[in-house]
Amino acid sequence: MRLLISTALTTLVAGSAVAGETVIDIDIPRLTVVEYHKPYVAFWLENADGSKVVNLAVWYDTKLKDNEGTKWLKDMRQWWRRTGRELTMPADGLSSPTRPPGPHQLAFDSKSTPLKELLPGNYQLVIEAAREVGGRELLRVPFEWPPKAPVDLEVKGENEIGAVTLKLTP
Amino acid sequence: MNQTSKRYLKLVLVVSAVSMLPASAYAHRTWLLPSATVLSGKEQWVTVDAAVSNDLFYFEHNPLQLDNLSVAAPDGSSVAPENMAKGKYRNTFDVKIGQPGTYKIMVLNQGMFANYKLDGQTKRWRGKPEQIKTDIPANATDVKISEVQGRIETFVTSGKPTDSVLKPTGVGLEMVPVTHPNNLIAGEKATFRLLLDGQPAVGQSIEIVPGGIRYRDKLNDMKATTNESGTFSVTWPAPGMYWMNSSVQDNKSKIENATRRAGYTTTIEVLAP
Repeated sequence: MRLLISTALTTLVAGSAVAGETVIDIDIPRLTVVEYHKPYVAFWLENADGSKVVNLAVWYDTKLKDNEGTKWLKDMRQWWRRTGRELTMPADGLSSPTRPPGPHQLAFDSKSTPLKELLPGNYQLVIEAAREVGGRELLRVPFEWPPKAPVDLEVKGENEIGAVTLKLTP
Repeated sequence: MNQTSKRYLKLVLVVSAVSMLPASAYAHRTWLLPSATVLSGKEQWVTVDAAVSNDLFYFEHNPLQLDNLSVAAPDGSSVAPENMAKGKYRNTFDVKIGQPGTYKIMVLNQGMFANYKLDGQTKRWRGKPEQIKTDIPANATDVKISEVQGRIETFVTSGKPTDSVLKPTGVGLEMVPVTHPNNLIAGEKATFRLLLDGQPAVGQSIEIVPGGIRYRDKLNDMKATTNESGTFSVTWPAPGMYWMNSSVQDNKSKIENATRRAGYTTTIEVLAP
C-alpha cells in the first residue's frame, strides 16, 4: 500500500473541492475473471484506538428478494466486527447497491451527520471490499481532523480496490 | 440371530460406548464442526459434522453419537436439529439460525461405566446409577465404577454476539468464556474460564490443537493451565478452526465408590484479522 501525502502544493487539485466538504474518490478495478460479482464495500472512520467508529457508506446487494444480500455482509469481516454486526440493513443514508467497475465518488458535508460527530484528533478512513467468489482487501488512510489546509491523501489497493483519494477541505 | 451377528452387535455397542467417552490423552478426539460460526442476514442455517477421529478435522474413525445432542438459542429456547443423518465416519445435522445472537450446540454425555471380574472373567457394564446394585452381581470382584460427564460444544453467532447461552449449569467441567467464542481473531489474546461443578477449575490443563493436521508434520498443539481463578489465555497464531479439550478425574462422583471423569471439548473458529 502506497501512501502519498501532498498538502499546500496541491491547492490546484484541492481547490476544486467545495469548502467544508470531504470527498472520497474510489476506483473499482475491472477484473478479468470467469465469474464476476460487484464487490461489497464498506467505508468507515475510526480513531487511533478503534474506540470510536463512524460509518460512512456500505455497498451491498440490496436488490435480492427478502434482503438476502445481507448474508454476505460478514465477508467484510473487519467492518462486521467493528460495527456491521450492530447495525440493521438496509440503513437509511448508509447502505446502497453495489457499484460496477470504474470511478465512484462519495461526498460528505463536514457540518452534517456523520462527520459533525468527529471530535478533533487523528483518524483513519477504512475501506474494506469483499467480492463473492473473489478476494477481500482492506485499505487505511490516516488523517487529521479537522483539516487545517486542503489535503489530498492517496492510497492504492492491490486487488479488489483501485486508487483511492481522500480529499479534505477546511 | 446367530452367534456371529450377536457378537458383532455386542462389538458395535462397545464401540459406540467408547466413542461417547470424553477424549483423554490416549483416546481419539471428539468434535462438532459447524459449517460457519459467524453469520449475517436474517435467517441462516449451519450444518454440523459430528465425529470421533485422530486427526482434526477429518472423518476417519467413527461418527459421534448424537443421542444427547441439544441446541440452545439466544432467547433461551431449545432448537430441534434437522436433517439428522448417520454416516460411516460422521453424523450430520442442520440447525436453523433464526434469531440474532449466539447459539450453543452441545452433546452432553452422562453415564456410568464399570469393570469387574466374575468367575475369573473381566466384565464390562454400562448403565444408569440405579441399576448398579441389580446389574453387578454381589460376588463380583475388582469392581471399578466410573461416572462420566462429557461435554462437547460449539458456538454459532448471527449478528451481534450474546451471552445468554454461555451460563454454566454447575455440573461437570464447563467453559465460561471471558472472550466471546465467536469473537476470536488471529494475533489477539483470548481468555476463558473453566469451571468444575460450578467452581473455578484451578490448575486444570488444556490442550489446544489447530485443525488441518493432515497437511503438516507437527501437531502444533498449545498447552495452557488455569490459574487460581480458573482462567487461561491463548494468543491465536493463525486463523482457522481449533479444538480445545480438558479433562479431569476425581472422586467427586455422587455415586458411592465411583470415580468421576469430567471432560470438556469445544471447536472454535479463529478469524483472520
